Amino acid sequence: MTENTEPRHSAATDPDPIPADQATAPELEPLEDDEAFVTSLDTAGGAMQPSAVPVSTQSGHLGAPEESESVLRKIFTGNGMVTILAVLLALILGGLLIALTDKVVGTTAGYLFARPSDFLTAVWSAATSSYVALFQGAVFNPHGTGVAGQFAPLMETLTIATPLITAGLGVALAFRAGLFNIGAQGQIIMAGILASWVGFALHLPVGLHLLLVLVAGVVGGAVWGGIVGVLKARTGAHEVIVTIMFNYIALYLLRYLLDTDLFQRPGESTPISPILDPSAVYPLLFGSQYRLHVGFLLAIAATVFVWWLLNRSTIGFEFRAVGANPKAALTAGINVPRATILVMTIAGGLAGLAGVAQVAGTEKVLTDGVAATYGFDAITVALLGRSSPWGTFAAGLLFGAFRAGAVQMQIQTGTPIDIVLVVQSLIVLFIAAPPLVRAIFGLNPRKKKTATAGASKQAATTGGAA
Amino acid sequence: MSTTATSPVKPQPEESHTPAQSAKPVTWKLPVTLAVLAVVAFIFFGLLGPQGTAKFGVSSGGDFFQLPAIEVPAFLSGMVLSVILLGLAGYALVLKANRNQRPPRWLPVVFTVVFVVAFLIWVVGGARTPSISLAGLIAGSVTLAVPIVFGSLSGVLCERAGVVNIAIEGQLLGGAFTAALVASLTHNPYAGLLAAAVAGALVSMVLALFSIKYVVNQIIVGVVLNVLVSGLTGFLFSTVMQSDPEKYNSPGRLPIIDIPVLSSIPVIGPILFKQSVVGYLMYVAVIVIWIALFKTKWGLRVRAVGEHPQAADTLGIKVNATRFWNVTLGGAVAGIGGSFFTLVAIDSFTKEISGGRGFIALAAMILGRWNPIGAFFAALLFGFADNLQSIVTIIGTPVPSQFMAMLPYLVTVFAVAGLVGRSRPPAADGIPYVKG
Repeated sequence: MTENTEPRHSAATDPDPIPADQATAPELEPLEDDEAFVTSLDTAGGAMQPSAVPVSTQSGHLGAPEESESVLRKIFTGNGMVTILAVLLALILGGLLIALTDKVVGTTAGYLFARPSDFLTAVWSAATSSYVALFQGAVFNPHGTGVAGQFAPLMETLTIATPLITAGLGVALAFRAGLFNIGAQGQIIMAGILASWVGFALHLPVGLHLLLVLVAGVVGGAVWGGIVGVLKARTGAHEVIVTIMFNYIALYLLRYLLDTDLFQRPGESTPISPILDPSAVYPLLFGSQYRLHVGFLLAIAATVFVWWLLNRSTIGFEFRAVGANPKAALTAGINVPRATILVMTIAGGLAGLAGVAQVAGTEKVLTDGVAATYGFDAITVALLGRSSPWGTFAAGLLFGAFRAGAVQMQIQTGTPIDIVLVVQSLIVLFIAAPPLVRAIFGLNPRKKKTATAGASKQAATTGGAA
Repeated sequence: MSTTATSPVKPQPEESHTPAQSAKPVTWKLPVTLAVLAVVAFIFFGLLGPQGTAKFGVSSGGDFFQLPAIEVPAFLSGMVLSVILLGLAGYALVLKANRNQRPPRWLPVVFTVVFVVAFLIWVVGGARTPSISLAGLIAGSVTLAVPIVFGSLSGVLCERAGVVNIAIEGQLLGGAFTAALVASLTHNPYAGLLAAAVAGALVSMVLALFSIKYVVNQIIVGVVLNVLVSGLTGFLFSTVMQSDPEKYNSPGRLPIIDIPVLSSIPVIGPILFKQSVVGYLMYVAVIVIWIALFKTKWGLRVRAVGEHPQAADTLGIKVNATRFWNVTLGGAVAGIGGSFFTLVAIDSFTKEISGGRGFIALAAMILGRWNPIGAFFAALLFGFADNLQSIVTIIGTPVPSQFMAMLPYLVTVFAVAGLVGRSRPPAADGIPYVKG
């Protein structure tokens, strides 16, 4: 559909009134440009001619493919420096919060004016000792026994990152099609239910068993996501509401099942399933000293798959077209309901992969905490990764490190794990509002030089507010 | 901004460019949904209904006149009621098929009431002890509905002005935490109530700041804010509150104010005249917000901003300022609702005390069609399901309690997919306004 849709595409978007206001700020590309940004609705990653871009979204630059000016792209992208500054800012604020509630800081604040150095030292040590513990728990622990012990935290990070990455990919993929998939939590649960049942109830030969576990989990997630897609496409039900409700429905279904003979471990009164057969669990990657399992390799494979899907396949192009402008996509001959259902199904399947990683990899049993908070964290992972596959991968690693390190931090310094939630959400908030970050770091003079993206947007907004 | 195009925040089937394609599912949705529900009711409540009798106590001990308990044969009434449901659904189908008409407005309401009654009889009739107190059930439902009502009112205020508020959960949680902390420090629950409103408003201001000034997608801000408030309250709970629970986490309760005589009226007495301040505030808030939105100049302006900001701007209404203050007000309302958890229900704060009720409030708002009165009744329905769940576990019915807990969410999915199709959100809901 490369050649045929071209004229219709441009014709479809031309009368659309919305991109008009963005055509007024075409200079924003040079500032916002970024390697990851190229993955927009431009040339399907080079597979198509640049002229396939809706005319109204093209700027006058020659040569390099320009990114589209769709708002989702703008929200989920920004320039690389803003990302780094946002992480920094969130960490600083988190550190202040830690220091603020620290007991030593509290006592030194009592004689702040007598000896301010005590107070500042206490603030510094409270914040840094927590973060040092976080780092030691997440990446490298110099006090570990031998090389293996020293790298154990890194392995733990990768283990925790596995479900975050795959579920995050599911959320990111849906974002790219303009859908807010808040339902990764429910999709992980449904996948966990099916995969674990196949894992402990059926007894099959090695290889086939794991394959079936994998398929069952992915199908479970895909169906749960697909239903949302069908409801959205056929009835117009808002996917945010439906996915939130489906999360709860899945959770209560899980709790019910863990109460039945079908799922409850015989002789147990607590809601816990039997342990999965050895033939049904992921092999460990580096021996039994680490929990890291083959699921991590699948997460890498899933990232490659999503990258291929979005940037190299026709379906992915349709997804992005629908995400950029559903009306234009409809006029261009794209079957929007089909794309909606398909993208939610694939997104559910990816989240399902996270469910399989939980029951067949990390936990090896089904409990009602099987999804932990991975489904919700996946949303922030996708947002931080700007909905690009590799960005999501990196964000999943970062948040995996936070999660793994937070446990160690709580043990060593007593800082509650919740600080990770604060830092995570602050990062996403700051990344979503680049003008704010630039203003805080005093980078806004740029806006005087050129009518740059964030600055012109900000000016327009404040103009509207005034 | 072109959020319109990229994030279909509210689908508008009616406005589709191809009426031939989209009109059909829209108008068939309600009859088909009703028919499915009626068939389910007929099979479960009718054909497979329990044989015993269901007994409903109407009066409680303190009432000044006692009404006899109502006893109904479960199987017979299940049959009769489910046949009525089938009839209603059939009527809707016939109207659609023959005359291409929408069913009258009373039909879904009557259907819901009959369905709930049939369901209740079925549950109680099949229980080990087939007897419950109707008065207690309703009073408990209202109590459980209080935070949901406040939350949905917050949603109404925000979305009528065109800002999607997913952060209700965060506003409730922030209100609950602050209420507990301030009430403990000041030894005055009323100060806690006030602080809860301020906390909710602060959470809302962040939402307003990011979604209006920085034009960040409102759903993203909402989702992230929920996580942020959850993390902040969890962190401060572990570090501050647990270091000295006596000092920081013993807010004490708001007293139940019993209006003499009136509170002894059977069934409605305890609901209307035996509440805490928060409970009375709920009734006041529902009525005041309804009047303010639909009967005052201010409300007209708010709705104009939510429906057509360009037109409102042309007439000199400050769109973004209106949105900002509406969102802030909504947060304050939700914050008061949050104080219910720590000042009325339980007298201490624990992590995640709001337990997802912010999301139910969101559902109640949609089910109530962005109308304060509708949201109130939808919230009551959810409170009812919540309360029934705990009662069901006590009287021991064949229905697993998990399914009872699931019910509100299922109803919401049905509602957004089928019953709410006719109503639509404010046209500019979720779309930032940038002058240009």
